[in-house]
Amino acid sequence: MTSTEAKMDLLLDIKGLRIEAGASAVLADGIDLVLRRGEVLGLIGESGAGKSTLGLAALVYARPGCRITAGQILLSGKDIRGLNAKGRRALRGVRVAYVAQSAASAFNPAMTLMQQVCEGPLRHGIMNRKDAEANAVALFKALDLPDPANFGSRYPHEASGGQLQRAMVAMAMSCRPDLLVLDEPTTALDVTTQIEVLAKLRELIRDYGTAALYVTHDLSVVAQIADRILVLRYGKMVETGTTTEILTTPTSSYTRALVAERQAAMSGQGVAGAPRAATVLAVEDVTIKYGTLTAVDRVGFKVGRAETVAVVGESGSGKSTLAYAAVGQIVPAGGGFLFGETPLPPSYKARTADQRRRIQLIYQLPDIALNPRQTIGDILGRPVAFFEKLPRAAVRARVAELLRLVGLPEDFVTRLPGQLSGGQKQRVCIARALAARPDLVICDEVTSALDPLVAEDILKLLKQLQDELGVSYLFITHDLGTVKRIAHRVVVMLKGRMVAEGATAAIFDTPPDDYTRRLLLSVPEMRTDWLDEALKRRDIWRAGPATALA
Amino acid sequence: MKIGGHKVPVTAYIGALIVLLALIAILFAPWVAPYPQTKIVGGVWDPPNAHDLLGTDSIGRDMLSRLIFGGRTSVTIALVATTLTMIIGIGLGFLAVATNKIVDNILSRIIDVMLAMPILIFALMVFAVLGTSIPIMIITISTLESTRVFRLARAVAMNITVLDYVQVARLRGEGVGWVIFREILPNALPPLIAEFGLRFCFTFLFIASLSFLGLGIQPPAADWGSMVHDNAQAISFGGYAPLFPAGAIALVTIGVNLIVDWLLSIHALPSGTGAEV
Amino acid sequence: MEILRFIATRAALGVLTLIAVSLLLYLGTQLLPGDVASALLGQSATPEALAVLRAKLGLNVPAWLRYLHWLWGVLHGNLGTSLTSGTPIASALMPRLANTLFLAGYAAIIAVPLAVGLGILAAIREGGILDRVSTMLSLATISFPEFFVSYILIVVFASQLGWLPSLATVYDGMGFWDRVDATTLPALTLVLVVVAHMLRMTRTSTLAVMSAPYVETAFLKGLSRSQVVLGHALPNALGPIIAVVALNLAYLVVGVVVVEVVFVYPGVGQLMVDAVSKRDLPTVQACGLVFAIAFIGLNTLADILAALANPRLRGRRGR
Repeated sequence: MTSTEAKMDLLLDIKGLRIEAGASAVLADGIDLVLRRGEVLGLIGESGAGKSTLGLAALVYARPGCRITAGQILLSGKDIRGLNAKGRRALRGVRVAYVAQSAASAFNPAMTLMQQVCEGPLRHGIMNRKDAEANAVALFKALDLPDPANFGSRYPHEASGGQLQRAMVAMAMSCRPDLLVLDEPTTALDVTTQIEVLAKLRELIRDYGTAALYVTHDLSVVAQIADRILVLRYGKMVETGTTTEILTTPTSSYTRALVAERQAAMSGQGVAGAPRAATVLAVEDVTIKYGTLTAVDRVGFKVGRAETVAVVGESGSGKSTLAYAAVGQIVPAGGGFLFGETPLPPSYKARTADQRRRIQLIYQLPDIALNPRQTIGDILGRPVAFFEKLPRAAVRARVAELLRLVGLPEDFVTRLPGQLSGGQKQRVCIARALAARPDLVICDEVTSALDPLVAEDILKLLKQLQDELGVSYLFITHDLGTVKRIAHRVVVMLKGRMVAEGATAAIFDTPPDDYTRRLLLSVPEMRTDWLDEALKRRDIWRAGPATALA
Repeated sequence: MKIGGHKVPVTAYIGALIVLLALIAILFAPWVAPYPQTKIVGGVWDPPNAHDLLGTDSIGRDMLSRLIFGGRTSVTIALVATTLTMIIGIGLGFLAVATNKIVDNILSRIIDVMLAMPILIFALMVFAVLGTSIPIMIITISTLESTRVFRLARAVAMNITVLDYVQVARLRGEGVGWVIFREILPNALPPLIAEFGLRFCFTFLFIASLSFLGLGIQPPAADWGSMVHDNAQAISFGGYAPLFPAGAIALVTIGVNLIVDWLLSIHALPSGTGAEV
Repeated sequence: MEILRFIATRAALGVLTLIAVSLLLYLGTQLLPGDVASALLGQSATPEALAVLRAKLGLNVPAWLRYLHWLWGVLHGNLGTSLTSGTPIASALMPRLANTLFLAGYAAIIAVPLAVGLGILAAIREGGILDRVSTMLSLATISFPEFFVSYILIVVFASQLGWLPSLATVYDGMGFWDRVDATTLPALTLVLVVVAHMLRMTRTSTLAVMSAPYVETAFLKGLSRSQVVLGHALPNALGPIIAVVALNLAYLVVGVVVVEVVFVYPGVGQLMVDAVSKRDLPTVQACGLVFAIAFIGLNTLADILAALANPRLRGRRGR
């Protein structure tokens, strides 16, 4: 191909893009990016890397407070950065369209889905109402939405998360744009829903020949859909290449760390360990109801000393509810918990100080788990003073010891939570839990809100602390990769019921029930052919569970 | 200039300046005022001149001096009433959130009924029966206004109480006192301080209006509202006398409002609302 | 139907609140510490005088019976008898009520469109000239007591320019335009104060809607500013704005009191203030009740309208 031909094939050509925010923050620093027609480019990076900002720049849009200060953006060879307001309006939605991360908030609650999907073509004068509606229905059908002919008459609050996400894709595709910017479209979805959305999305893009910028932090997901990958860190380009190149032979150390983390998550076999003699927590036939809704239905298992039991399930499985009942925040309708040999009073208010001390809970979001107006020293010192009633000097010494335990510098005692990073804050939460010298620590999705590399560090820390202190963990998570790296035993929950329980390696090698099997199959692996294989297996599985699976 | 990392706009400075001047004049009234407040220094409604900077009032007393002394009364009463309002409102609001649902429901229902009454009407009624002494006025206004503060304090506390760090304290076994004063209150301060300013303005204007109607502070104690009332006739003779105390009321209120506006415009931590009303 | 049931519930709640408030009113005037009779006659009253007054006021009957009597009377249009004039309160109050409503209505018709329109425009072009100017002006006006605004207007328009009368004298049988002429200054006072509050609150509500994620999505679809504002933002801002308007109208009803006194306007507000200074308790009670009805009625209406404008209630039943 001659260079001019190659140039004409270029849909998006960005050179030296620089985006700034406020007085001094740089969100994107000298980014170069090319995209050909029909090609999918994955933008990989952790939070704050600038990937969303970059995606929005393709629509010549910067969020309030941000501005594009330098660089060239060419769409099909024409400069779009210099367009006036009218030009930008003509471009947005028509040639480049955006799919937001949160479908629920991207839709206007006061309008039906059909109205919003048709709005683009109608307002831009591309189609008349009849054609726009027919177009919408065709898109709904292609995306496998229920009852495509009438789906559009629903309001946003009448559709599920996965359905809304697909409706957003339909809305973005309604004007047949040349380029689709997808901002973490499946991050908020359950794994089993994610696989459906990914499959349909890929099909649609291929059918219409749309190019796409796929923004995500998950290498395994992007491997299924992207032709090329661009790795970003702190607003700078780290590495770029074809998907296979990046996944199999990454050159920069950062990319290698990202790939290694995903490999560890995929290949983990759980933590081996003999069955425990001593039981720390026994869950006995616990049933929890919210009014008429049964959130947890007769769940029972045991957590042994210095053991990690992972409770895994998707949204609505009741796993978090179970955790809150264990600490006494929610009162079960039936069944109960045994701590050691003694039954635990259902409500925390009725428990002794000792019982409250020996079971601790760590929350998912470190931002709201720490009082922003208390110093780290105060936050860690209080449980020590409260439970052990030590004099001040002893409290200070213990706080210093706790900080050392979780790998934080001692001068953090005077800092406020707002001055710490997400990973550091979560370490403080862990230290706070350990301050009470607990026997059992319940971790509620403690790594779900963290970036993959930071999360990996936290998991390593937790394992190390277990080895040192002999503390048990009840680990609530939706992420099977986490389970594979940290858990001795695993409990699988579906809609409040326990469907599988046993040693991690055993359960994952030979899943004892259909749902667990389906769950395992839905977790993306970091190879480009995984999605096709998974879909084939899913179709076989749908055809009849009796059929042997590979 | 920055305070705590936030840029302070010019308007906030102006507001602070006004409030500062008012406070100085009030605290040091006997030294700042040119004449004692009851001394007759000129004729009726003299226009502003060299030795009576703002002229004289309806019986020849120096307007400026009366303004300074009157300010003492106005501002002090408003401050006392507002402080009482905030204590009652915040106390009840936090209590409703920190204890159980039953207490919350009972309190909320009672206060809903009280909120359904406009303060002015209710106050007028109380005054009709009990008269208008200063303690009665302060107690009536505080009780009625605390209902508005209750609503805000409760909303703010509700937003904070669902945050995980409050739960951590509860699960530890901390008592209600610790939860309210060490966990919730420090994070509720920004919207509550702004509310203090707003309530002060409302109370200040309210008391002035009552005095103006002849129902508030009675002579010989003077406050700005009753000074307007006493000098109202001057308008028909082309004089400006009532405009001075009325203007003073407006100026102090503007000053406080400017500061409150700045406070409300700072994005608070994820804790509570910054809403008006 | 869901909507009708909702309206009925809210209306019932309003009526219940009204009854509770009327009770409060009644208790307020009849059962505060110290016997009402001795409060009226003072410390030096003789026991015989007190007994006579008590009988006259009907204080010998148990309180709850008195309350029901009064309530019954009110429902039949009998608001009691004035202590000072001895005449039925209703005959004095009704025409004054009409005057007050006229004044409030006059102010509302100007204030509401002005405040809501400016508030929305200021929010849409946040930080623009209109926004900054209107913010400054409204800050000034909410800081001014009503009587200050009144006096300034009187000085400017009545004394200096002589365009409008400084006293709002109205009487029965007055021509419509004469009435308007007389009430323009007091109405203008009310407008200035209420517009400021309404504008600020409308602006805040609209800004909240404009920063919603779906507004950004609409812009990213290539819609123009007016398309986004009219099609997406306003329908969702309608509910909160209606609530703001009704809230301020309630405030208007009360703000009328001071204005009536300044301009010597024969309305319910002025009647109530007079009654308070003369300790004419039945009249105070009756006026208070009238204001309470207006206040609670408007708040209930606000609740209903705001909820109706909420798309989740208007749409079909959700999952």
